[in-house]
Amino acid sequence: MEGIWGNLGIVYALLGAAAAVFLAGAGSAIGVGIAGQAASGVVAEDPNQFAKVLIMQLLPGTQGIYGLLVGFITLSKIGLLGGSLAAIDPQTGLMILAACLPIGIVGLISGKYQGMTSAAAIGIVAKKPDQFGKAMLFPAMVETYAILALLISILSVSNISVA
Amino acid sequence: MAVLQMQRISICALKTERKAILEKIQSLGVMEINHVLDEDQDFQKMDTASQRSSFEKAANTADQALAILQEYVPVKQSMLSSLAGKDLVEQKKFRESVSRKEETLKNAKQLVRLNKSIAEKKANILKLENDQEALTPWLPLDIPMNYSGTTHTAMLLGTMPGAMTLEDIYGAIAENAPDAAGTDVQIITAEQDTTYLTVICHRKDETAVEDALRSKGFAKPTQVTHHVPSRKKELLEGKIKQLNTEITDIESQIKGLDSKRADLKLMSDYYRIRADKYQVLGDIPQSQRTFLISGYVPGNAVELMKKEIGERFDCVIDMEEVKEEEDMPILLKNNKFSESVDGVLASYGLPQRHEFDPTTIMSFFYVFFFGMMLSDAAYGAIIAIACFIVLKKFPRMEKGMSKMIRMFMFCGISTVCWGILFGGYFGDVITVVAKTFFDTDIVVPALWFVPLNNPMKLLVYSLAFGVIHLFVGLGIKGYSLIKQKKYLDAVCDVGLWFLFLLGLLVMLIPSDLFASIAQVKIVFPAAVTAFGKYGTIAGALGLLLMSGRSSKNPGLRLALGAYDLYNITGWLSDVLSYSRLLALGLATGVIASVVNQMGSMAGKGVFGALMFALIFLVGHALNMAINILGAYVHTNRLQYVEFFGKFYEGGGRAFEPFKENTKYVDIKEEH
Repeated sequence: MEGIWGNLGIVYALLGAAAAVFLAGAGSAIGVGIAGQAASGVVAEDPNQFAKVLIMQLLPGTQGIYGLLVGFITLSKIGLLGGSLAAIDPQTGLMILAACLPIGIVGLISGKYQGMTSAAAIGIVAKKPDQFGKAMLFPAMVETYAILALLISILSVSNISVA
Repeated sequence: MAVLQMQRISICALKTERKAILEKIQSLGVMEINHVLDEDQDFQKMDTASQRSSFEKAANTADQALAILQEYVPVKQSMLSSLAGKDLVEQKKFRESVSRKEETLKNAKQLVRLNKSIAEKKANILKLENDQEALTPWLPLDIPMNYSGTTHTAMLLGTMPGAMTLEDIYGAIAENAPDAAGTDVQIITAEQDTTYLTVICHRKDETAVEDALRSKGFAKPTQVTHHVPSRKKELLEGKIKQLNTEITDIESQIKGLDSKRADLKLMSDYYRIRADKYQVLGDIPQSQRTFLISGYVPGNAVELMKKEIGERFDCVIDMEEVKEEEDMPILLKNNKFSESVDGVLASYGLPQRHEFDPTTIMSFFYVFFFGMMLSDAAYGAIIAIACFIVLKKFPRMEKGMSKMIRMFMFCGISTVCWGILFGGYFGDVITVVAKTFFDTDIVVPALWFVPLNNPMKLLVYSLAFGVIHLFVGLGIKGYSLIKQKKYLDAVCDVGLWFLFLLGLLVMLIPSDLFASIAQVKIVFPAAVTAFGKYGTIAGALGLLLMSGRSSKNPGLRLALGAYDLYNITGWLSDVLSYSRLLALGLATGVIASVVNQMGSMAGKGVFGALMFALIFLVGHALNMAINILGAYVHTNRLQYVEFFGKFYEGGGRAFEPFKENTKYVDIKEEH
């Protein structure tokens, strides 16, 4: 490979890290935002429920962390953090990009839907504060798929060999 | 370990002793009142609603009075004070305080009254201030506002909309009342949208001039005073001042009642206890001279009841087993370690009467999985120590809360163990600090292995732990079925599944797929391999034939069997769900190293060290908080969905004994 196309490997890899962080982060931001609106409504009526609804609001926040996780592993993999960039050919770079996509895309979508589920679960807490344990479970169900995506992203990124 | 067996206790005693007996039962707090006898000619219930509501009202008044005291004489409460629990009060002190209850109630009413009068006075002040506001534009006027004029002249006083000039007003008068001569207009205050003015005219022209002005929007003020406005203002100010002094006075009266706080609390609880007692009293059937009370008592409290009630009072106590069709309340008995997680179980649902109590088994898995997901020795130590201190500092903490904190303490200890196994101490802080500040390379070795270096290995272990957890769940189902003597169900619904799943596992482990994941090739002896093959086939066939055994139709039976066999996908997803053990464990470690790396970016030196300390504190606090939350939520999920899904139904009703349900204090038992 010659010219600019041959040197784009590192760019693809970084794009992967960026996609993991910004997509999953955006998903979490949307989710936490949705849940936060519901939480504020509950606290306005009953300030005693603050701790419980805060936990509920935080539940969709994990996707952003998973994205950060994959982004960080990718950055350390390509040597951006150590200061010495690894030589990455376009094929490896694109592989890293592909490896980052699951957590990015699933993080975005599941973050949003987990937020909506959290908002509904906050409704349970508002009406029946003693059912907190069950209410917490519904948003956790959505998160399962983010965890599965995270798993595949981590496994693929850490198993791609970089010279 | 188990659901406590309840006994139905029935006590029949003399009516003259009913209150003493009820009080004793209430202070023992081991009996749930539940009546089976309906009213008839001889036994009738008593109406206690009016007494009850008067007691509840008294308790409420005391609560209100306490809230008022808290408003005017706030007692500082630290963040942790909600953990402190209720104070313990000696019987003697309680009785002493209760003997003053009339006076205390008077004080409580006094407090409520004082508070009301402050509120009224404040509303009054607000009104006076509004009056003052309305008066402000008239202040330059030096005659009383209701001055109507002399014998020959009339004075009109009012407002006109908009900013009017003298010319405008004179023009309006000249236009609409041309006959009125010698009219004098004075603008008192001109604002942007209102003009305040007085007009003096001949008394005979008064109507004409007023009509002329009205046509331009002239209006008389709603409130006129017979004082000169500035004088009126002084009067209003005087009144406000007066009210404020009165408020201060009342406030000091309220503060003077602060010493009654303890009495108010005790009185509130006293009336609360009495209200409960009267509710029960209203429920028990009474004949002319006797009464009958019946309910559930846990088996281990039967002797206590016999001793405390039977020996002290003239009564007949009858014990019997709880009948099968009765809705027996559930009370669990577990050891100190396992009972710490029973809040988790209760929030899913207590076991039913004959169901297996999974608390003990769950407690081990709970602590194990929590530690694995958090997996940082330093975080674990912080949690364990913090929980330990809180438990020691507040021995009288509310029971549910203290159990939960104990649970987190055990989880913290487990986290320390996993952290040591995986080599995580605030992530890799030792390595980073050594490198940044001392230029040396120190790597704290993991006792087992570092998950980030070998995620596949941890994945396999996570799934293996999952399989064990699920098999234990299925095993419990088998155990319960055998205990209920449903042997065929135990073999078909549990035994066949075990055969099928174990066979599949034995076939999977030597396969290339497994080898590529685990990076080890495992070869079983031929006999085991053969067991795998035939076990799987036998299990699958058995399930196909037996799962639909409730159906007589052979075609439908096979179809149901095939559908049950399809549940293998459920097993697959359940096992895969345990991969969160790996994912959450990695998340803690990696974010901790991100924090450390960020901290080290400022480099060496004092500034670098300061930056590091700051980032370290904030970053790790955040990481810890979010990962504790994650570990808690997902450990719960693994128990509720995967584990309980295999065998547990729940839906039992919690045991609610008739006891002294106090709000502020606990009353010490007398021995």
